Amino acid sequence: MADTAATNPGHDDHADHKPGFFARWFMSTNHKDIGTLYLIFAIMAGVIGGVISGVMRMELAAPGIQYLGWWVDMLGGEASLDANLHMWNVFITAHGLIMVFFMVMPAMIGGFGNWFVPLMIGAPDMAFPRMNNISFWLTVAGFLSLMFSMFVPGGPSGLGAGVGWTVYAPLSTGYSPGPAVDFAIFSLHLAGAGSILGATNFITTIFNMRAPGMTLHKMPLFVWSVLVTAFLLLLALPVLAAAITMLLTDRNFETTFFNPAGGGDPVLYQHLFWFFGHPEVYIMILPGFGMISQIVATFSRKPVFGYLGMAYAMVAIGVVGFVVWAHHMYTVGMDVNTKMYFTAATMVIAVPTGVKIFSWIATMWGGSLEFKSPLVWSLGFIFLFTVGGVTGVVLANGGVDDNLHDTYYVVAHFHYVLSMGAVFSLFAGFYYWFPKMSGRMHSEFLAHLHFWVFFIGVNIIFFPQHFLGIQGMPRRIPDYNPAFEYWNHISSIGYMVMAISIVIFFVNLIYSFTVGKKAADNPWGEGATTLEWTLSSPPPYHQFETLPVIEDHHDYHDHRPASA
Amino acid sequence: MTGIALEQKNLKTGLFAFAGALAMLGMGYAAVPLYDLFCRVTGFGGTTQQATEADADLAERMALSAGGKSISIRFDASIARDVPWTFTPERSTETVQIGQRDLAFYIARNDSKVPITGTATFNVEPEQAGIYFNKIQCFCFTEQTLQPGEEVRMPVLFYVDPAIMQDENTKDIEQITLSYTFHKSENSAEKPAS
Repeated sequence: MADTAATNPGHDDHADHKPGFFARWFMSTNHKDIGTLYLIFAIMAGVIGGVISGVMRMELAAPGIQYLGWWVDMLGGEASLDANLHMWNVFITAHGLIMVFFMVMPAMIGGFGNWFVPLMIGAPDMAFPRMNNISFWLTVAGFLSLMFSMFVPGGPSGLGAGVGWTVYAPLSTGYSPGPAVDFAIFSLHLAGAGSILGATNFITTIFNMRAPGMTLHKMPLFVWSVLVTAFLLLLALPVLAAAITMLLTDRNFETTFFNPAGGGDPVLYQHLFWFFGHPEVYIMILPGFGMISQIVATFSRKPVFGYLGMAYAMVAIGVVGFVVWAHHMYTVGMDVNTKMYFTAATMVIAVPTGVKIFSWIATMWGGSLEFKSPLVWSLGFIFLFTVGGVTGVVLANGGVDDNLHDTYYVVAHFHYVLSMGAVFSLFAGFYYWFPKMSGRMHSEFLAHLHFWVFFIGVNIIFFPQHFLGIQGMPRRIPDYNPAFEYWNHISSIGYMVMAISIVIFFVNLIYSFTVGKKAADNPWGEGATTLEWTLSSPPPYHQFETLPVIEDHHDYHDHRPASA
Repeated sequence: MTGIALEQKNLKTGLFAFAGALAMLGMGYAAVPLYDLFCRVTGFGGTTQQATEADADLAERMALSAGGKSISIRFDASIARDVPWTFTPERSTETVQIGQRDLAFYIARNDSKVPITGTATFNVEPEQAGIYFNKIQCFCFTEQTLQPGEEVRMPVLFYVDPAIMQDENTKDIEQITLSYTFHKSENSAEKPAS
C-alpha cells in the first residue's frame, strides 16, 4: 500500500525523501513503513491461520475422521489413527499460536499502534526507530520458526508441535520428543522478545514524545489503550518467557521444574502460563477498545462519552487482569475458597468493561450518526463482544466451569471475544484508517458487504458451538459423537460464508489500489478530530517537523489547530 | 526540548521499562521456590506438614483436653508409569484418634531385574486438611532404593492436628485420604544405585 504512496506525486518536497526499496522495507526505521509491514505480515499470517481453521472445520463437518489422513500423507507422514490425531493437535496449535501472536498482536499493536500512536500524539516517529525494526523482524523470525516446526518430528507419532497454544507440561515436556516443540517454544521466545521491545518503545514514545500541551488526559483513547497494552506486555510476557524457558530446560537439560519425579509440579506451569495468558487476552482486545472509541466518536460527531472513565476503565481492566488468571484452570483441583476468590475477581472485570460498553452507547446517544463502514464494524464489535462477555461471565463461575471446561462452549466464548471482538475492531480500524494510510478510498459498498457476509458467517460458525459445548462436546478432539453432527455441520457451512467475506475484503483492497479515489486529508468529515487527520493522505514520509501545539482551548477530543 | 535532551530522556525511560521486563522475568523464576514455599506453609493443594516428636506430644495433650474424636484415614498408593514396582498400603483404611500418633505401613516390591531408586510425592484429600496432617517420619522424606525382587515395608508416622476440629472448613471431615505416588529418581535407571 505504501508503494502507492511512493509513487504518489505532490509530497515530494525535501522532507519527503525516501530511501530505495530494499533499504526502505528491509531496514526500515520509519514508524509508518514498519506499521505497514506489520499489517501486511498480519494479513498473511491471518490467511494462513484462517486456512488452517478451514481444514479443521472441514474435518469437523461430519463425525469420523475424513481428511486428516490426507494431510498427514501430504506433509510427508504415514496416515494412522495416532498420526491423524497428532496432525489435529498440530493444526489447533498452529491456528492458536498464529492467530494470537502473529495476526492479532502484530496487527493491533505493531500495525495500527506503530502507524497511529506517533501521529495521534504529534510525534515525528517512535522513540527508538531502529529497535522498532528489530521488533518487526523478530516477529517474522518467530513466525518462520513456528512454520518450520510443522515440518520436523514432534510428538511420538508425527511431525509438528501438537501441544496446544498453552504448551502445557507434561505433554510438552515428557510426551513430545523431537525438535518441533523446541522450535514452537523458540518461536514464542522470538515473538515475545519482539513484543517486549515494542512495548518499551511505545511506553517511551507516549511518555516522552507527546506534542507540547498534549497532557495524558488530552491523549486520544487509542493512545491510552496502546499505553495500557504496552504495560501489560511488559509485565506479562517475561513471565511467559520464564515459563517456556523452563519448558525448554526441562525438555533438553534435565531440569525438573514441571516434573514431579524431581520435585517439580506441572500445575506450576499452568499458573505461570495463565499469569501471562490472561493479561494476554486483554493485550489482544484493549487496542481494539481504543480504536472503537475513536471510530464511534468520529461517526457520532461527538466527543466520546466519559473520556476519563473510558481511559481508567482500561487501566482497571489491565490491573485486575493480573489477578484472575486461575479462572482458566478451575479443574486442576483448587479448593473451593480459591475458586470463590477467582470467580469474584473475574466478575469484577465486567464492571470496567461495562463502563466501556455503556460509554460507547452513550457516545452514540443523540449523536449525528453516519453509518460508514468503520462505524458499522464498530457496532458489530460492540454487539458481538458483549455476547462474548456474557458467556465470559457464565464461565467465570468456578462451579459452572467444572462442567463447561474444555468444551466447545469455551471455544465459542473466546471466539466471540477474539475472532469477533478483536477481528471486528481490526476491520473497523482498517476501514477507518485505510484511506489515511494508503491515500486511496476503499469501496464503501464492498466494505459494507464484507461486514454483512463476515457477520453472518462468524455467527453461523460460532453460535452453534455454544449448544455443542453445553451438550458436552469436548474441544481439541477431531472426532465426535454423531449426536453433535447437526450443529457441527452448520458451523462448517458458516466457515464457507466467512471465507467468502475474506475474498470480498481482498477484492476491496485490489479495487482501492487500482481504481480507488484519491483520499482527502480527512475523508470522514468534522467528526474526525485527532491529529492524523490534519496531515495529508498518506501522511508525508516525515511528519511534524514543527511539532503541533495542543493549546488550552483543545480538550481531549478536538486536537485540530484553530486555523483549520 | 532539544534532540539530545530528548534522546537522553528516552534512553532513561526505555531502560526503566526494560528493567521492569527483566524484573518480571526474575519474578517468573522466583515463582518456582515461592510456589513451593507457599504450598508447604499453607498446606495448599493438600500439602502435608512435617512435625517433630515434641510437636506431636503437644498435639496429643491438646487433643486429650479437647476430648477424643476419631477420624478415618484412607491410604492410597500409585506409581508413575515408568516405575516397575508393586506399591500398596498394608491396610487401606485405619481409624485414628485425632491428635494421636499412628504408624501406617506401605509395601513396595521391585518387580524388575535392576535396582531402582524412587522418591514419593504426596498429598492429602480433602486439600484443606493438608495443613493439619502432620508427618513425624515418612519414607517419602528420603529416596528409597529397591534391589531386584526386594520387598520392603515402609513406615509413615503421623498425627492429625486437633486444630482441624476448630476450622470451619475442616471440622466436618470424616475421612482424609493420604496419597503417595512413586517416581523414579533422576539418574536411577542409568546406573545401579548403591
